[in-house]
Amino acid sequence: MANIGKQTIKFKKNISILETASIVGPKEGDGPLKNYFDIVLEDIMAGENTWEKAESIIVRKSLELATKKAKLAMTDIDYIIAGDLLNQNTGSTFGIRDLHRPFIGIFSACSAMGLSMGLGATFLESNFAKNVLASSSSHFCAAEKQFRFPLELGSQRPPTSTTTVTGCGVALLSNDNSDLPKIKAITTGKIVDMGITDPFNMGAAMAPAALDTIITHFNDLNIEPDYYDLIITGDLGHIGSEIILTLSKKEGYLLKNYKDCGILIYDKDTQDTHSGGSGCACAGTTFAGYLYKKMIEKEIKKLLFVPTGALLSPLSVLQKESIPGIAHAVAIEI
Amino acid sequence: MTQMSKKEYEHMVKIFSPNSPVLTNCIKAFFVGGCICVFGELISKYLIYLGISEDVKSLLTVIILIFCGVCLTGFNIYSKFGRFAGAGSMIPITGFANAIASSAIEFKKEGYIIGIGTKLFSLAGPVLAYGVFSSFVVGIIYYISKII
Repeated sequence: MANIGKQTIKFKKNISILETASIVGPKEGDGPLKNYFDIVLEDIMAGENTWEKAESIIVRKSLELATKKAKLAMTDIDYIIAGDLLNQNTGSTFGIRDLHRPFIGIFSACSAMGLSMGLGATFLESNFAKNVLASSSSHFCAAEKQFRFPLELGSQRPPTSTTTVTGCGVALLSNDNSDLPKIKAITTGKIVDMGITDPFNMGAAMAPAALDTIITHFNDLNIEPDYYDLIITGDLGHIGSEIILTLSKKEGYLLKNYKDCGILIYDKDTQDTHSGGSGCACAGTTFAGYLYKKMIEKEIKKLLFVPTGALLSPLSVLQKESIPGIAHAVAIEI
Repeated sequence: MTQMSKKEYEHMVKIFSPNSPVLTNCIKAFFVGGCICVFGELISKYLIYLGISEDVKSLLTVIILIFCGVCLTGFNIYSKFGRFAGAGSMIPITGFANAIASSAIEFKKEGYIIGIGTKLFSLAGPVLAYGVFSSFVVGIIYYISKII
């Protein structure tokens, strides 16, 4: 392991992504990526009686599925690192409480998948673990209840708003020498706050943080944007993506190979999702479902995965605080 | 990210962020809100036709409209309606009923006292508080104008 530049860690060991698992809700199952997810739920309640319980059961099933797909037992897992959007991380903790594995709960808003994978990779690099489950989850209804209005309220959403993805994405990281996608480096983001206060325009709040992490990553590793086949942010959405592309040009970088998970996961024209998808599960399930499979098929060989987070709370919004953005980059190659 | 001030960034974000379609929203709100009022008027006329007195008629019309708003909320129709009509369906009394009923449905899982009881007016509360307050202010002005 080597610290490189300002914020980047380059791994020396083989840190493979052994397996992934993705479970999504019905709306994501109607979207363009529907064929890539392991399980598409027909019922957004997942058979439970609250949305919060639904999220937790999705988390548990995803973790179990990833372990099963890798032909491992839950006892083989050294750490579970998971994050979500609910207060006190209950989405993850309540899902994991019956799994009896060492648990590290993280909060990094919608960038949770980047942080959990990054932390998992450092555990493996330092030989403190052999198998780590990295996960992130969110649930549309539970997030609406906590952050916005009751679902049945007849209100309009502005065009800049995004739709929280229901689901959970899991990556099973392991020291493995086989020909699987490997985490080569991570760049842990710092908070960038450009003074955006509108909670219905989170893409704009997060875009500067995403660009900051991406540029730092290039500088730390001394590489150019075209080193990667794909640079993909978590949930900037249509508006945030336009902003980051314009900002990057101003900074002297041309991101030709750029996409955003929040744009890929929904069909803008038919699904009434406004600026796109968001939430911890947006980057999580898009990676675990779509991107990982594209890497296995070798359509994408070098990927810079940059989940993005808006670190706001319902209280901070009411108290007129601006929205701090963060983004964590994970460089994956096969 | 070194070259831009917060002011400049705010300006840039404004350029990229589309505004809500105000004109179409206003037209939709005007027609839907108007239709709800016409519906209320029809109820009112029908009640008069049935021979109900003026005072009771107004009260009954309001109750029927609230009942309709709550029912449509329960059947998951009012939210779709509101997504189309915006203020047109939010401002009339059916919208007030929707605000209360949607909160009741949303927080039922937290129990009848702390859940529904405390959250029932989380959206409708400001309307009540400032409604009562403004009628108090208007009352005072009316009283003073009478004395003068």
